Amino acid sequence: MSAFRLDSTPIGRAALATRSRWKLFALSGTLGVATVLAAVGLLTTSGYLISRAAERPEILSLTVAIVAVRFFGISRALLRYGERLSSHDLAFRTLTDLRRRFFARLVPLVPGGLDGTRRADLLSRFVSDVDRLQDLYLRGLTPPLIAIVTSLVCVTVAAVVLPVAGLTLAAMLLLGGVAAPALTRWAARSAGRRQAAARSDLAVNLHEIATGGAEIAVAGREGDWLDRTAGADREVTRLQRRDAVNGGMAAGFTTLFAVGAAVAVTAVSVPAVADGRIDGVLLAALALLAMASFEAVLPLGQAAAGIDACGDAAARLEDVTERRPAVTDPAEPAPVPPAGPLGFESVSFGFDGGRTLIEDASFTLRQGEAVALVGPSGIGKSTLAELLVRFRDPDAGRVEIGGTDVRELDGHELRDAVRLAPQDSYLFDSTIRQNVVIGRPGADTERVTEALAEAGLEDWVNGLPDGIDTFVGEGGAQISGGQRQRIAVARVFLSEARFLIFDEPTAHLDPAGAAELERHLRERAAAGRGVLVITHAIADPANFDRVLRLEDGHLSEVRVA
Amino acid sequence: MTQAQSRAPGASRRARETQRRLARSSRTARNHLLVTVAIGLVTTGLIIAQASLLAMVIAGVFMEGKNLSEVAPQLIWLGLVSVGRGLADAGFETSGRFGAAKVMAELRGRLAEHLLLKRPGALQDEHSGELVNSAIGGVEALEAYFARYLPQVVLAAIVPVAILVYVFPRDWESAAILAVTAPLIPLFMVLIGLLTENRTRSRWSHMSRLSAHFLDLVGGMETLRANGRAEAQSDSIARVGEDYRRETMGALRIGFLSALVLELLAMIGVAMVATAIGIQLVGGHLGLEAGLVVLLLAPEIYMPLRQLGNQFHASADGMVAAERIFEVLDQPAAVEVPADPVSAPDPAAGAIELEAVTFAYPGRDPVFEDIHLSVAPGETVALVGPSGGGKTTLVSLMLRLADPAAGRIRCDGVDLAMVDPREWRSRVAWVPQRPTIFAGTVEENLRLFHPEADPARLDEVMGLTGLDALAGELPDGLRTVVGEGGRRLSLGQSQRLALGRALLSPAPLVVFDEPTAHLDRVSETRLAAAIGELTSGRSCLIVSHRERPIAAADRVLKLEYGRLGPVGKRRSGVAG
Repeated sequence: MSAFRLDSTPIGRAALATRSRWKLFALSGTLGVATVLAAVGLLTTSGYLISRAAERPEILSLTVAIVAVRFFGISRALLRYGERLSSHDLAFRTLTDLRRRFFARLVPLVPGGLDGTRRADLLSRFVSDVDRLQDLYLRGLTPPLIAIVTSLVCVTVAAVVLPVAGLTLAAMLLLGGVAAPALTRWAARSAGRRQAAARSDLAVNLHEIATGGAEIAVAGREGDWLDRTAGADREVTRLQRRDAVNGGMAAGFTTLFAVGAAVAVTAVSVPAVADGRIDGVLLAALALLAMASFEAVLPLGQAAAGIDACGDAAARLEDVTERRPAVTDPAEPAPVPPAGPLGFESVSFGFDGGRTLIEDASFTLRQGEAVALVGPSGIGKSTLAELLVRFRDPDAGRVEIGGTDVRELDGHELRDAVRLAPQDSYLFDSTIRQNVVIGRPGADTERVTEALAEAGLEDWVNGLPDGIDTFVGEGGAQISGGQRQRIAVARVFLSEARFLIFDEPTAHLDPAGAAELERHLRERAAAGRGVLVITHAIADPANFDRVLRLEDGHLSEVRVA
Repeated sequence: MTQAQSRAPGASRRARETQRRLARSSRTARNHLLVTVAIGLVTTGLIIAQASLLAMVIAGVFMEGKNLSEVAPQLIWLGLVSVGRGLADAGFETSGRFGAAKVMAELRGRLAEHLLLKRPGALQDEHSGELVNSAIGGVEALEAYFARYLPQVVLAAIVPVAILVYVFPRDWESAAILAVTAPLIPLFMVLIGLLTENRTRSRWSHMSRLSAHFLDLVGGMETLRANGRAEAQSDSIARVGEDYRRETMGALRIGFLSALVLELLAMIGVAMVATAIGIQLVGGHLGLEAGLVVLLLAPEIYMPLRQLGNQFHASADGMVAAERIFEVLDQPAAVEVPADPVSAPDPAAGAIELEAVTFAYPGRDPVFEDIHLSVAPGETVALVGPSGGGKTTLVSLMLRLADPAAGRIRCDGVDLAMVDPREWRSRVAWVPQRPTIFAGTVEENLRLFHPEADPARLDEVMGLTGLDALAGELPDGLRTVVGEGGRRLSLGQSQRLALGRALLSPAPLVVFDEPTAHLDRVSETRLAAAIGELTSGRSCLIVSHRERPIAAADRVLKLEYGRLGPVGKRRSGVAG
């Protein structure tokens, strides 16, 4: 992976993304090199010290060596401490960099650009892949760098004393630092490939037991699933054992070269002592130098596996971020017209390769009216909503606000005028206030409370220990599906948008609750907003001025009884 | 996000308990641990042999002026020792992984059995759902614990002691230095570990909270974008990341002290030994060969202890994972299986009666109290009420997926607590609120309750539920693979399939949980016939907040505020 080709691979691009941290990287690398060299220095000077002492000189003549030994011993520990601190600091900073970078790239892709994948799976994998890239510096790039620098220093020192010893050490370090890690990497990769299918079988079985355990039990089929799990587990275990032998081999070779290095260096140095090319007092120092120099090389096998994991993660991430966004904002956006209706003008839309969901549909939504959109599930009602806020563009026709095509507008400004509460409105792991205030940053307590009351949550919020500052979810308020939807409704109520679109706001409510929430939506329309409610079941038709129906691609107005 | 978990004594007691239980479960891998111990002993022997041979060569050449051919035998032996150490390490690694694979398979098996036999449907409670998923995922995190950490503990116990025993007669001064410093390493690690346990724990929880924050933002991306708040989150990521970095680095400065002390002791130990040997050599109290052996062995004493420190992550991750696994395995069985069960009563022969039934999740207020309900043979009873009111819990009791906290459920006069739950369940068909689609073909999924169902009946059921139209759209019809890794079905399609499952089953009692919640009105009307057929001639409990399924009911009851009451005649006014 040479530097000038760094940007040609996903992992290289990921590494370059955080290049602004090079100073910290250099610091932790330098400390890492110094840490290893201190250990090498300790053993090498110790070898020299006792060889020299064996010649029984004046004790004073050993002072320098004794001081050196102690210096290396103490500095090693302090250097290691500094190295660990700086490398963790680096890891935290780069993780934030990576998160910001990949988050920014994901924004334009949600939701329109991620069609054809399971979005929830994809997003959670996205998050864990970004986290994994954090290891790139700590466990991937730093160890090889440290190994190269310390190996060069050790080989040079050995070569200065005795060239053939330097050569021998270089050869052993190459075997231990390149051949053995390659073997470890091969063992890990082939194991991963072989085990993938069996592991996924096992995971599917366990997942089914966890989520569908009740149905399996009611069907009386526990035995079938336990047998299947045991079978999948036997296969995984069988493959793991086979791969354990490969992994063991790789570990064995690493040790062989590490131990062999001292032996080989001693063997080539013996004749040099015998024929007087070097002083015998250096023999022990050379042997110990060879032994200690392997410290930096030993972790390379794991580092190789780490780089591979990071590479896979980076490739998967780019697979996501390289997708084409469903919409792009114009270079010079037109201003959003301050008045006028929102609507479709002969709009057609279908997913790539799928059937046409919406065909030649036209409608208008005016401020001050409440309109319901009904139709069978899966027919494209949510897609219609996404077209209105320009999460997608139609294949034909125009989506207009105040007579202007939304494609001419800035997406942000459009969504400030047309606010959507998506079907699976998300609740963030924060307080109720924080969740509502997303609809209008900076809104004060009074406004938030008002919006919650208008969404029918007043009593519930007042009954919570910390009121609107109660945390949602685990450890905070237990939230039902209906309350979740009402919070999402309050969020949209808080906004100052002229048009409000609600996707299935009443799906989890009983008929009385649904009718009541519809009344609140109706009040918004009465207050001058344009309200579109997507639903598969209207609770009380009196709450709507008009009802639209989408079926088989056709949008039509239905009479309300 | 401010409440830090800081209950040190309890936490460390729990950690000790977890460790003990892990050790117990590693009995499964006892043979492998024995092999590990054997290899550890062999390795120690080889390390000593290597040091002695090397010292012999160096001292011989340097002090006695031997040439290459005179030390050749020792060099050849050294080569063999190197190969031997390579083999020993290979065996060590292989054996560790063998053992880990075995333990993991056993834990997975125990989890699967627990979830299916003791607590089927534990997921209906959201908290335990998360727990179960993380326990299953956590089994993998134990690989490093069993394959690396545990064998390293064995080495750390064997190697230093064996080497000390060898060094002592050769140079008692160095042996004394080593014997004092080496045990200080684990001692200080434990001491500092105890002192920093809170900080370490809070560091782990910081890390996971930081991760959760990012996951939260990514998960809510569509909502953020709809509200024009997505781009603004870049700053939030930076701010939260920086806050946590500063906090965590503060904790690490102390957390890494254990590593500092460890390195300091090991390195100063070696330096002291080297100096002591040097002084003895100058004084002529020690030979070079003996001195070299001791110097070569000194780092080897500290090595396994330092390696143990490096495996800290493996051990910490393993402990967290193990805590979750044991938490799941420790959950009491949701249903008691009687020791001496009576045979299950037939709901077609006698009424099912709930008598003063109360249910509560542990540590929470009762979901409902003192419920009385009876379903006569052939009768259809509808249950309505606000969401979260306990309707689904009541269904679990009827299915004997859970036992009531108080009260009794009888059928035909027989207390169901006396009956093997599995036998009882064979008399019940169930349409759950969110049906699970299992990996397999559509047909296999349909035959879940009744694998031997007659093909003609299968065709009939397909027609009734509208699944024939779905099968027509699918590439391989009934043999299309669905579920995980297969084709995805919509919620509406899943519900038709669940209805089909129940229709195929000949069970005399049918329990529906929101059978049409995800269907539009047209589909709901079409399915009315299917529901009608399913309910005729069988006892039936329908839970719903929708009008149409309730229409088939003989009686409607309302479950609200933990109480059950009659709802007279059906209300009207629901349209759409």
